[in-house]
Amino acid sequence: MSEPVLAVENLSIALPGGADRIRAVEDVSFEVHRGEILCLVGESGSGKSVIAQTVMGLLPKALRVVGGTARLEGEDVLSAGKRRFRALRAARMSMIFQEPMTALNPVMSCGEQIDEVLRTHTRLGAAERRRRIHDILAEVQLPEPERMMASFPHQLSGGQRQRIMIAMALVLEPALLIADEPTTALDVTTQARILELIKRIQATHGTGVLFITHDFGVVAEIADRVAVLQQGRLVELGDTRQVLGDPQHPYTRMLIDAVPSMTPRLRQREVGSTPVLRTRRLGKIYHDKSLFRRARTVHAVDGVEIEVRRGETLGIVGESGSGKSTVARCVARLIDPTEGEILIGEEDIAKLPAARLRGQRRRIQIVFQDPYRSLNPRRKIGQSIIEGPMNYGLSRAEALDRARALMELVRLDPAALDRYPHQFSGGQRQRICIARALAMEPELLIADEAVSALDVSVQAQVLGLLDDIRRKLRLAMLFITHDLRVAAQICDRIAVMHKGRIVEEGPVADVFAQPRHAYTQALLAAAPGRGWRFGEAVAEQRAG
Amino acid sequence: MSALEEGFESVLPAPAARRPGTWSRVVRSPSVIFGATILLLMLAMAVAAPLLGTTDPIAIDPAWRNKHPGTEHPVTLSTGATETIVHWMGTDTLGRDVYSRVVYGSRVSLVVGAAVAVISVAIGLFIGLLAGYIRWLDGIVMRVMDGLMAIPGILLAIAVLSVWGAGLLTVIVAIVVPEVPRVVRLVRSVVLSVREEPYVEAAVSVGTPTPLLLIRHVLPNTIAPLIVQGTYIAASAILIEAILSFLGIGIPPETPTWGNIMAEGRTLFRIFPHNIFFPGLFLALTVLAVNMLGDGMRDTLDPRLGKRL
Repeated sequence: MSEPVLAVENLSIALPGGADRIRAVEDVSFEVHRGEILCLVGESGSGKSVIAQTVMGLLPKALRVVGGTARLEGEDVLSAGKRRFRALRAARMSMIFQEPMTALNPVMSCGEQIDEVLRTHTRLGAAERRRRIHDILAEVQLPEPERMMASFPHQLSGGQRQRIMIAMALVLEPALLIADEPTTALDVTTQARILELIKRIQATHGTGVLFITHDFGVVAEIADRVAVLQQGRLVELGDTRQVLGDPQHPYTRMLIDAVPSMTPRLRQREVGSTPVLRTRRLGKIYHDKSLFRRARTVHAVDGVEIEVRRGETLGIVGESGSGKSTVARCVARLIDPTEGEILIGEEDIAKLPAARLRGQRRRIQIVFQDPYRSLNPRRKIGQSIIEGPMNYGLSRAEALDRARALMELVRLDPAALDRYPHQFSGGQRQRICIARALAMEPELLIADEAVSALDVSVQAQVLGLLDDIRRKLRLAMLFITHDLRVAAQICDRIAVMHKGRIVEEGPVADVFAQPRHAYTQALLAAAPGRGWRFGEAVAEQRAG
Repeated sequence: MSALEEGFESVLPAPAARRPGTWSRVVRSPSVIFGATILLLMLAMAVAAPLLGTTDPIAIDPAWRNKHPGTEHPVTLSTGATETIVHWMGTDTLGRDVYSRVVYGSRVSLVVGAAVAVISVAIGLFIGLLAGYIRWLDGIVMRVMDGLMAIPGILLAIAVLSVWGAGLLTVIVAIVVPEVPRVVRLVRSVVLSVREEPYVEAAVSVGTPTPLLLIRHVLPNTIAPLIVQGTYIAASAILIEAILSFLGIGIPPETPTWGNIMAEGRTLFRIFPHNIFFPGLFLALTVLAVNMLGDGMRDTLDPRLGKRL
């Protein structure tokens, strides 16, 4: 066997004192060979990005390598100095990042940024460099290379920006490409195309790729081999087929089982007859008014009509910018809709003035995406939960009683009410947010990407909890998500949004089995890892 | 999944102190220690002025004009006994003891610095909160603030003083007016970013009335930047008061302020530099101390800057 592109042996990296464990990475060994894609998978805090930073010489000062080696084509990179790293980066190894907007320089044109790489590392003339840039842009399938070279990052879409990043990383044909969650910030349809591009380019150039991800769907799409990290330790390493199909380590099995299945779950439907929420021709138009420019109008939401009944979950799925969150925020009246009606029971709240709206607010509650920003860091979680009920006249003691009961409902210790948010994990915080919403005894619960920021294992718990609560309290739930797998597991019906409009709506099983609209079909086809039966075993256990 | 079936989680992190670190980090910063020490000394000096071997700072003595620092001055008291006063910092053109005037002058400087900082922060905070949170008010308020900011501060102060006449109160008002827009801008920018936080939106959707919302969820985020801004305002107010007094339009000339002492010493500066040197030294030291206090607090209160250090 030829020499590996990257060989990491017994790598250990220490965390600074006061962290939750001593080592960020403990005794990790793996190899990346030429023309191979190795996926490093793990949940947040598993140490996968730390390994990438070590290899690239980008490790924060607070972290220290305490043992092991990392060799790039036989050369020890752990002992390399700053100068050596500068020579190695881009030429023999490069990295692409999660957020291409921040990884690119906003005040340099894309062409100049690629040119900079060539100028630093080669002695090519201007014409030759230009030709190389042209070639690489064509290779990453960007249309009109000339225009792309002159464009600035903000003028491009997320997918195009990531293609520029890939072009920059590969223009010098490095032996190793490290991709740190390169598609996590992208929409599924874009993600599918970028994954395909990385795979194709890597095959033609024989590049070794270390691909870091948390998403088993992505692993299934792209990996030749998989390494699973748990809390800094490598627990399983093997061929993709073998690891995904027959995981040996219990942690790997747990992770794979926690991935929601694409097959919609069979659910008992206990849907009431009265609609809790109906919208009629709901619209939100943004006017970009300016004294010195012509006004622009954007239809963020256009003629949306949805209906949610008691005990039912309606999912709104769509990509970023589709207007799905705008619908949620209009319904919760966090923003004012420009047109249409929002009927809660029989009351139209779309145009209610602030004073009369207050009385209706408690009927609709919302849980947000980011568990770290959803709770006021300066207030105890008990104060956060009782704030709402006390606004509506409950005494402090009554509100606290209710808060304690709710803590038990969301499976947290009621004694923890006088702790601060920073003392809880992301999943626990999200459950506290659910408790805060339920404290208002709402009729409609909106979950706006409420599980998107959570690791799969925690995601499964929170999804289970939400579904439990909906059943127990017979709540109507509006579930906003970009993740079709999540939608398949929790929704009774789904509405697919595209460019501010609902393009398709129906029972979740029907939409998944026979999507009618072209966009829905594209969305379903782009879902990563759809060929694998993730989480099926669990779904069957639940059914059985 | 397991946690779902097993009832609520018992494993929670141990109770920790409330947001530990910030204040202990502040009081350990060298610039904060330096600035606060100097300021406390100045404050002690201002409060204890009569006990520090000073004489009447306004008393004129035509026989003892323009004496150099260190001159001894025998005085006959009403009881008939004689006593020697040492003019540590010399006397001015009217024979007043410069040391006493400098010590008493610290009172005005500190009062002006503190009052301007507190008043402009209070007014700016109120206007800024409203402008940042109430959308329709924003445009109107900010245009007025832009207008105020377009007028040069000292010029505005001169205008205000010539309309209402000189005096401590008018000086304070004259300095506050141009400082308020700066505070409003700062508070407004904090409010604009905080109002988008999900926890603020969550408070809106549980029906928290706007005043309570602002006090409970928005206001606490403005405290740290305002403390820092407040110190810079205090420093610049002390300087502006000295400038106004120096220009002869501030506090009446008989009242000892560092600016007044310097203004009077100006004509004979080449022969008797002590009239400018000593008040100037105290002024510079005080402003330096306030600024260092502010810098230290900015570095320790702002977590983003803290990480870089």
